[in-house]
Amino acid sequence: MASRLTTFGNDLYTGKRSFDFVAKRKLWFIIVGALVLISILIPVVRGGFNLGIEFRGGSQFQITGVSDAETQPATDAVASVVPDAVAHVTIVGGGSGVRVQTDQLTTAETKDVATALEDAYDVTEADVSSSFIGPVWGADITRQTIQGLLVFLLLAAVGMALYFRTWKMSLAAIVALLVDLVITSGVYAASGFEVTPAAIIGLLTILAYSLYDTVVVFDKIRENTQEDVVETKRTFAESVNLAVNQTLVRSINTSVIAALPVASILFIGAFALGADTLRDISLALLIGILVGTWSTVFLAAPLYSMLREGEKNVKKHDAKVRSIRERTAADAAPAEEITV
Amino acid sequence: MAKSTPVKKAWRSLSWLGAIVIALVAINTAAVLWGGGSWTPKLALDLEGGTQIILAPKLETGQTVTDEQLTQAVSIIRQRVDASGVSEAEISTQGGSNIVVAIPGELDEETKNRIQSSAKLELRPVLLAGAPSDSSVGGDASASPTPSPTESLRATPTVSPTNGSDTNWITPALQAEYDSFDCSSDEAATTNAAPADVPLVTCDTTGTVKYLLGPVEVDGADIKDATNGQETNQQGASTGRWVVNLTFNDQGTKDFGEVSQRLYGLTATPPLNQFAFVIDGQVLSAPTMNGVITDGKPSISGSFDQESSKALADQLKFGALPISFTVQSSETITATLGSSQLLSGLIAGLIGLLLVFGYSLFQYRLLGTVTIVSLLVAGVITYLTLCILSWYQGYRLSLAGVAGVIVAIGFTADSFIVYFERVRDELRDGRVLGSAVEAGWKRALRTVYASKATNLLAAIVLFVIAVGSVKGFAVTLGITTVIDVIIVVLFTHPMLQLLAQTRFFSSGHPLSGLDPSALGAVYRGRAEFRTSAQLTAAKAASSSREAAKRQTIAERKAAEAAALDASGGSKPAKSAASAPSASGDISKNGKES
Repeated sequence: MASRLTTFGNDLYTGKRSFDFVAKRKLWFIIVGALVLISILIPVVRGGFNLGIEFRGGSQFQITGVSDAETQPATDAVASVVPDAVAHVTIVGGGSGVRVQTDQLTTAETKDVATALEDAYDVTEADVSSSFIGPVWGADITRQTIQGLLVFLLLAAVGMALYFRTWKMSLAAIVALLVDLVITSGVYAASGFEVTPAAIIGLLTILAYSLYDTVVVFDKIRENTQEDVVETKRTFAESVNLAVNQTLVRSINTSVIAALPVASILFIGAFALGADTLRDISLALLIGILVGTWSTVFLAAPLYSMLREGEKNVKKHDAKVRSIRERTAADAAPAEEITV
Repeated sequence: MAKSTPVKKAWRSLSWLGAIVIALVAINTAAVLWGGGSWTPKLALDLEGGTQIILAPKLETGQTVTDEQLTQAVSIIRQRVDASGVSEAEISTQGGSNIVVAIPGELDEETKNRIQSSAKLELRPVLLAGAPSDSSVGGDASASPTPSPTESLRATPTVSPTNGSDTNWITPALQAEYDSFDCSSDEAATTNAAPADVPLVTCDTTGTVKYLLGPVEVDGADIKDATNGQETNQQGASTGRWVVNLTFNDQGTKDFGEVSQRLYGLTATPPLNQFAFVIDGQVLSAPTMNGVITDGKPSISGSFDQESSKALADQLKFGALPISFTVQSSETITATLGSSQLLSGLIAGLIGLLLVFGYSLFQYRLLGTVTIVSLLVAGVITYLTLCILSWYQGYRLSLAGVAGVIVAIGFTADSFIVYFERVRDELRDGRVLGSAVEAGWKRALRTVYASKATNLLAAIVLFVIAVGSVKGFAVTLGITTVIDVIIVVLFTHPMLQLLAQTRFFSSGHPLSGLDPSALGAVYRGRAEFRTSAQLTAAKAASSSREAAKRQTIAERKAAEAAALDASGGSKPAKSAASAPSASGDISKNGKES
């Protein structure tokens, strides 16, 4: 009658079933560390990111005097000279001209492409002009974006510290956020997709999502650990772990629901329907949503617990819990091991 | 009646939501009818194409443009274009000297002016002013009639001037140039540039007054901020005239204060008490100094309307272009991504949405329909908001924006999931549905507010600081976050409050998604729990403590009463739940408590 996930949720809620997110943190940290390392190494090994024309600038060809222009001949012409170049073709002036933008070409390639374009559109040499174009995503955009991010992270860290009444949650959340960004970028680098402004926007979305998800789980942790002040049935680490387990069904549901539309765009839109410009942003988003959700569970929460466990009050509380527990266990024979 | 209160509240919330939707529809209808709005959001460059403008620098012979100047110009033009709305223009350089600006839609005169003029602001004291004819109205000016400028006239002051208002600046050569200056001649258009440390002869923008101005006292580089607004008189009432309000930085404030003090002291000798705001070599306005301005906040008046004052304020705020540009060509361009891409994206998004619906129903049974309807309502409000913003703010939906809206489905659905899970938690603790909804809501709302606040913070910070397409992203994120909160507060929660009153949900029908027995309500008589659960004694004790702790006093009392007169296994149920439960494993006797 009850769906399996509901029963699962019940057990997680009561603590009947529990995953050791906090206790086994060393294992998770090692896995996360390895993933981060790989994510950093991939772009290094592959020789950096495959930045698009929008970031580096490139070559531009302008063809005039065309009658009823189409984009396909230009794409083919560029591919015939430089097979791996990305060509952005735009019709200019209501069909009388074509604008072709490609990665930066050598002088010889430029000449060949110009000739190929002449043939493709059946125009004379004078109708094809080539020039260099600067990046659309200039250094100023990057600078302003990074500035914005730093201000945001600072304000978010201060805001979380005030809301949760501890800066350690801010620290754990920001660490998880950075890990999300590094891993998402790493997977993106591994895919070899061209980095476009859309992909950067995707990465920014992930940034917002990652922090959002962490706040949701941390709010439950806050609730549970607040109870600890008056209750003595759980150690601090156990309270954190219980909170993560209690929100686990939410984490599963949210990551599935958030990932479904994005995965649909990536697989149906980009691969089946052939909208390849959609794949940059949807890949960044899909990876980011999954990593963002699970880094909260496996990294942010255990890290927070680790940061707090050394505190005097927390230590005192934990010791009290343990001594009470020993007494209770002695009462309720046979004593059983308590696994949380 | 205790029970009717949530119902009343729910209807009130739903009415508010209805009012919001009606207001949005009304605003957009009005925009479509009278303001050139549309029932579809405008699309950005990548989806719809637009106009490509090539700007060539205005150079004198032999002058070249450096890369640095070009980069700076691109950055300033970008800020100016951004300030006119969130249109996600693309701006880059071409061939090492030109600037290419691609904007969605068509190039209008205002945008053209906004991007091409340098907007170099200089504040110069007025030495002489007069009609463009040869009758000058200078106070101290010893007007010598009809001299034509000749090389023989002395061009350097005999006595070196002590300050900008010193009439010793007026050499015979300058006087001659001023006297013969004709505002309408070609000469006026080309010669009105002078180095900052020497006087300048020029006219105002309308060509009705000519000026001989002292050296630059304060320039545009010292402007910290510029806004447009309506002028207010001394009583604080608006005069209806549009002005540009400047705020200088510390240096500018100091310099301006000194000038102000000096000019105010010259009130007896007009026009020496006037100072001129010179933009790109032409005098925009030349007010008299009516007091000493030491706060560094003068305002420029002129023949402004709202639009032109805003354009100038934006230009001044982001600084002058290192060089002026002229529009060399302007052509329409097609979308960089074909419309087929948008269609593919929308189809894929729709399939994704259906999958989300399916998953919600699977996970939350009938409660999933609340998610679905909430998402649909959120979709309608988002769509209307985008239409209105397109019209009002020049917002353009790009492909990245479409993806952002699709991702927002996840964000929005998460608010519902957080909420539903909290309600389920409360049910697990043994609350009846009505109170579980209220208690779960209280806890969920806090989480929802806290987490959405981070998103909103990201949106606001990026909107203020970032430029270009990142700004567009910030708008999308901000809109979807706010709408998300509106929906969960004004729709999802009220719906749940109302549904909690229905027999189907309150009796915990297995298909409702809120079946207490399926949720394994922890507390339904502690005695039964201890014997039946396969838990360790310690765990059972801890769980029941947990459950007991979470009860309200009323519930605890009811529970104690129930434990007394029922032989375990019955729980206090409210009258709405008095029908025999469909789940047969527990007998709910439906007592009036």
